[in-house]
Amino acid sequence: NPWVALAYLVAGVCFILALRGLSSPATSRAGNRYGMIGMTIAVVTTLITHDIASLPEIGIAIAIGGTIGFVIARKIAMTAMPQLVAAFHSLVGLAAVLVAGAAYANPGAFGILVSHIDPTGLETLVISPVSRIEMALGAAIGAITFSGSVIAFLKLNGNMSGAPIMLPMRHVINLGTLVAIIVLTALFAMTDPAPEWMFGTILVLAFVIGFLLIIPIGGADMPVVVSMLNSYSGWAAAAMGFTLHNTAMIITGALVGASGAILSYIMCRAMNRSFISVIAGGFGAEDTGG
Amino acid sequence: MDFIAILSIFVLACFVGYYVVWSVTPALHTPLMAVTNAISSVIIVGALIAAAEAGSETAKWLGLLGVVLASVNIFGGFAVTERMLAMYKKKEPAKKQLGAPRKAEGGEA
Repeated sequence: NPWVALAYLVAGVCFILALRGLSSPATSRAGNRYGMIGMTIAVVTTLITHDIASLPEIGIAIAIGGTIGFVIARKIAMTAMPQLVAAFHSLVGLAAVLVAGAAYANPGAFGILVSHIDPTGLETLVISPVSRIEMALGAAIGAITFSGSVIAFLKLNGNMSGAPIMLPMRHVINLGTLVAIIVLTALFAMTDPAPEWMFGTILVLAFVIGFLLIIPIGGADMPVVVSMLNSYSGWAAAAMGFTLHNTAMIITGALVGASGAILSYIMCRAMNRSFISVIAGGFGAEDTGG
Repeated sequence: MDFIAILSIFVLACFVGYYVVWSVTPALHTPLMAVTNAISSVIIVGALIAAAEAGSETAKWLGLLGVVLASVNIFGGFAVTERMLAMYKKKEPAKKQLGAPRKAEGGEA
């Protein structure tokens, strides 16, 4: 349907104007409005162009979430903003995981099934290998965003000590976990039918690495981390956009991913910190050679 | 849509994202982060599709939960940005009088 693609394009342009608007005080409020308009277009377009089997439930879900979000945003103290943003990131990460799970549970609805003929000549429908890679990546990045943001929230909110927690051999553990996720993703794409335990293990490992990446970072450096996690949430949305062949999610995910990364880079530069060590997880702490 | 077409859209959008925020004023770092956060809840589109499709109860409930989480973020994110920007606006006249850049309270976290 060309109208859907067109509406998603308009939403994408609104989001670009929102990010651009927020760069300067004079245009910042208009920018925020553009963001709201873009999101409304994206949501309404999705709702009117799909055969909705459960409109009341969806309405209730939006009402519940919207009320909670609005009330929190109104009541929270201005000094608690950084941890609030961190908490919001964790929700996006978790939502990405849920969408990936839904795509895995109901691949037919997303049009990502392909025919597969096993050695005995029996033909079955399986999730296409490319979609499996996108799905696993989206779920993994979402999970990292979730657990990382939860730690960032706990540190900023003072529920957890802001002091860096240094595990021995942490770089080896992190690298090993990352390699395991990549290897499992490759296996997940190649094994038919897509095994459930692999998807589950990728998720668990991703939750663990999100935790491991953020615990060595000191509380004072958290704003940069929050911005980096913001970037991750964008990449997760983009990966799920690839799975669902949805241009709104791809355009917006890429925008958020790239601009979030640049914003963290700008913040790092302002604080005279190394950008690479943010991603490597150990930012703001002396490397003990572990 | 074929993979190369969506990949092209993705790569071009990455470049737009890369160039669009370079000139951000330091005082607007936190509001920019908040609005980017709200925008990243575009994941709600995926959750809506999952919740809308018949065929799997599990997928439907996962989708609905995703819709709730993303809605918290959309409404909360834009509302919080609005609040921060309102504070910034109040500081504007003072900034002009002094003739020196001054950070809003909600600026750098």
